[in-house]
Amino acid sequence: MDWLYLYMPVAGVTIFWPGLVLIGFSVGVLGGFFGMGGAWMVTPGLNILGFPMAFAIGTDMAHIAGKSMISTMRHSKFGNVDYKLGLIMVLGTFIGIEVGAQLVMYLERLGKVESIVRWVYVGFLALIGWMIFYDYYKARTKKKMGLGEGEKGTEGITWYKTLHRIKIQPVVYFKTAGFSCSMWLPISVSFMTGLLAGFLGIGGGLFRMPALVYLIGCPTHIAVGTDLFEVMISGLYGAFTYSMKGRIELVGVFVMLTGAAIGAQIGTVATKYAKGYGIRLAFGTCVVACMVSIILKEFKFTAISAALILCTIGLMSAYITVVMLKGAAEELREKKARQRAAAQAA
Amino acid sequence: MNGAGEKGRWGRTGSLLAKLGGWACFMWVVLPDWVWAAGEKATNLVVVADTRRLTGIMKYFANLYNTNTLLFAVWAVVLTALWGAILGFLMDFLMARTGLDLKSRKIVEH
Repeated sequence: MDWLYLYMPVAGVTIFWPGLVLIGFSVGVLGGFFGMGGAWMVTPGLNILGFPMAFAIGTDMAHIAGKSMISTMRHSKFGNVDYKLGLIMVLGTFIGIEVGAQLVMYLERLGKVESIVRWVYVGFLALIGWMIFYDYYKARTKKKMGLGEGEKGTEGITWYKTLHRIKIQPVVYFKTAGFSCSMWLPISVSFMTGLLAGFLGIGGGLFRMPALVYLIGCPTHIAVGTDLFEVMISGLYGAFTYSMKGRIELVGVFVMLTGAAIGAQIGTVATKYAKGYGIRLAFGTCVVACMVSIILKEFKFTAISAALILCTIGLMSAYITVVMLKGAAEELREKKARQRAAAQAA
Repeated sequence: MNGAGEKGRWGRTGSLLAKLGGWACFMWVVLPDWVWAAGEKATNLVVVADTRRLTGIMKYFANLYNTNTLLFAVWAVVLTALWGAILGFLMDFLMARTGLDLKSRKIVEH
């Protein structure tokens, strides 16, 4: 069974390569569906496979860049990527990340940075989790009462409407997302999410996707596509900077990317058959799982924390695959029925 | 008048966007360390890849990792992007044969 193991020339370890493909595949499915990089899911998986931690983060970062590129290409064809919005947000993200990084360095000088960072992370994840489930509850209640059917259907949280009223020049129209707002709104929101990402040392997709929906007012599908575009840019940066520091294993990246290419197609195409609120709720579940895993890690239950993350990845990617397969089968059935009807009419 | 005003406003927005684009390009080229600078602080890692049991392209990249970090980093980004693009196009080609409509979707929130 030697052929199942692959030698990683830089890290100097032999890895069970189907495990790498499987991790890539699962994170590809989740990333394509939710519009995030998913670094928090990959690192424990790589660690379990025996990947040295020193190489896990850089390898993960490069794989995320490639995977996001594949998902962005597919989302772009669906018309889910607002490039103008994405490029404007890149600016805020960069500045935010730098400020966040400086904040961490300041806290490092004071000591106890790790614990503070972890609890801030938990706090924000709890907030996002609450926001998503509260939004769903509010939208359902409104719908039952027959209130608030807007152009996007019944919505729960509509903070973006208030923010859109602030018309500080220049006001920009985002054609794909279908709204206009002050350019300063996406810049400041991305600055805040970038600041959090820099402070916490993560990619930021976990924060940016809900921020795009609730604060900027993107439809869920466009939030997913646009966020992936940003993850792609920051992932390529990450790949460069981690390579400069000697923390990347290119063979591992390519193997994971091969699995991710298939997973990304499934995740991305599944968004076509999922409703916006379905995506939001599944995303909220992942956020809660991530939060619980961090709390477990903080209390030194590292193995349970890793198991929770892996179970979440497994179950969620299975759910998304089912959504995609069911939707695709139905579409093909309808297409055949239409063709049959047309043939009969002719 | 309205048209001219609209044009002027979009012109100003366009020029601002161009400036922002310029800044973004500048950051892309000059300041890669900004991103991922925080949290898991990646200090330079001194690992020497063992090239004795490697041959061909693997040996080339392992040697590059040991001797020229900058070129290795450039290769890492280029190859990752290239492999991503190749796989993306390949999957696109395969998915197009499934008969699914992959160019349109309805945005339904509920």
